[in-house]
Amino acid sequence: MTICCARERKRRHRGKMIISIASGKGGTGKTTVATNLALSIEGNVQLLDCDVEEPNAHLFMKPAFDEKVTVYTPVPLVDEAKCNRCGACAEICQFKAIVVIAETVLAFEQLCHSCGGCMAVCPEKAITETGRELGIIEKGSAYGIELVHGKLRIGEAMAPPLIRKVREYTKPSGVTIIDAPPGTSCPVVASMKGADFVLLVTEPTPFGLHDLMLAVEAVRILGIPFGLIINRADMGNQGVKEYARQEKIDVLMEIPFDRHIAEAYSRGDLLIHAMPQWKDAFRALYERIRKLAKKGVGNP
Amino acid sequence: MKEIVIISGKGGTGKTSLVAAFAGLAKRAVLCDADVDASDLHLILVPEIIKRTDFQGGHKAVIMKDLCTQCGTCRDMCRFSAISESYEVDPLQCEGCGVCVHFCPVKAIEFPIMTCGEWYESRTRMGPMIHARLGIAEENSGKLVSLVRKEAKELAGKTNRDLIITDGPPGVGCPVIASIGGASAVLVVTEPTVAGIHDMQRVVSLADHFRVPAMVAINKHDLNLQQSAKIEDFCKESGLPVVGRIPFDPVFTMAMIHEKTVVEYDPDSLGALATKEVWEALEHAHEGNE
Repeated sequence: MTICCARERKRRHRGKMIISIASGKGGTGKTTVATNLALSIEGNVQLLDCDVEEPNAHLFMKPAFDEKVTVYTPVPLVDEAKCNRCGACAEICQFKAIVVIAETVLAFEQLCHSCGGCMAVCPEKAITETGRELGIIEKGSAYGIELVHGKLRIGEAMAPPLIRKVREYTKPSGVTIIDAPPGTSCPVVASMKGADFVLLVTEPTPFGLHDLMLAVEAVRILGIPFGLIINRADMGNQGVKEYARQEKIDVLMEIPFDRHIAEAYSRGDLLIHAMPQWKDAFRALYERIRKLAKKGVGNP
Repeated sequence: MKEIVIISGKGGTGKTSLVAAFAGLAKRAVLCDADVDASDLHLILVPEIIKRTDFQGGHKAVIMKDLCTQCGTCRDMCRFSAISESYEVDPLQCEGCGVCVHFCPVKAIEFPIMTCGEWYESRTRMGPMIHARLGIAEENSGKLVSLVRKEAKELAGKTNRDLIITDGPPGVGCPVIASIGGASAVLVVTEPTVAGIHDMQRVVSLADHFRVPAMVAINKHDLNLQQSAKIEDFCKESGLPVVGRIPFDPVFTMAMIHEKTVVEYDPDSLGALATKEVWEALEHAHEGNE
């Protein structure tokens, strides 16, 4: 933890800023905020779409992708000729990804978490590693902004290792905006960890509030300063605002429900293109984020 | 016994509002909330919990400082960068693989099993319900999803009900895979937006990958008729039945605020009428499969 913090401070000195956009509940407007914020900030900006299960930022940015790599995770490959069926590999594996049945060793690569335990423990050195495809990473640019996204292979269960690979594309300087997946479990943690600031996007409904409270707990566990955006702000009830007041969470922006905004979104148009007056609002939002990130975890 | 799982790919398309309404329309069903990461069905069904059980996900490594010689073996072997220079395990990074535990030369690492959530058997005004809560920032959501589905099946057997309605999570990863395997059918709820279509196509591929028959319902159908037509075209090409078109209707939000299903809140609203039609089409498809 201490090394991590020192590294973060050093990075902040160089003017690096990582903002993660998360929500708890899906469909609240994360991608809208991530893309429009990225386009409104001046200077060196990069957008990482870490919602690798359902990446959407490219549908609005419409970048020309010029780089595509397939990402693999190591899984065991057993050399039957060297294997003496001792069962040590099956014993160390916590994920039931390798078993010895009678005279054969079976590796279930879909269940493997790539810890390397079986390979390390094998007394006969009968296990080497091959790769299981996690998905692809594509890199491109649009409107002067670099967009990198991961796309989880259909049928692949594990998103976090692909998310970590997308995050390796983080540039050493400038602003990096991360579009995180919904929820509060491991893929979300992988998308928020190490960020300088988390923007939580919610809607003022009971579902929005319930999932926001979970997301706030997650951000607090990680100890990252955060603020709130309320989307379709005039649609539901006062629950989210009351909660924000009680918890002393800054509401940094409110986006009203507006059929024009919803229709532009449905077509894949960016908000700041459909309604250019929003650009100033996103710029002001960024300035507030910078101040709050500098202040650190001021939120209780 | 049949199980229909409601999924969407994209979040926020209306899965849970529809599941709640279906729960009221179904005569004898067991309800199952498989969105254990951010479950919301209980906010409408207001369950009375009759049994709560801890969920034990996996193990986590804990270094016993007094025994540790700081030899570095664990740090070298951990592939998840979970052990700090001062030999502390970051529980958020620890994958629970046990490699450090096995190779520690002085046996200084404990490996306790962690409680990382809870699951509940409940009573609701719509029938029995199985739901769960995964701890914040926890792993093993797939394992918990499999558990709640298994429990829902057992409860359906015990209470002599032949249908399970399952509210699924968004996405296409681990919890979704755990939600749809072995289901009788999935209903994909989408919306006429570029993101809705993109995400629906991915989750339809996932259902196909696991050979689960899929049906599609278009929510907020009239938000963009052009995009809705694209969804219909895609479904036609892929041989997927479109079982309903629900208009954009603020009644869904109002019903949610009043802890009611859309059918309870305003049975004559356009949203409620269209929801009933989707349910009838689902039931029909369900009978047709028998």
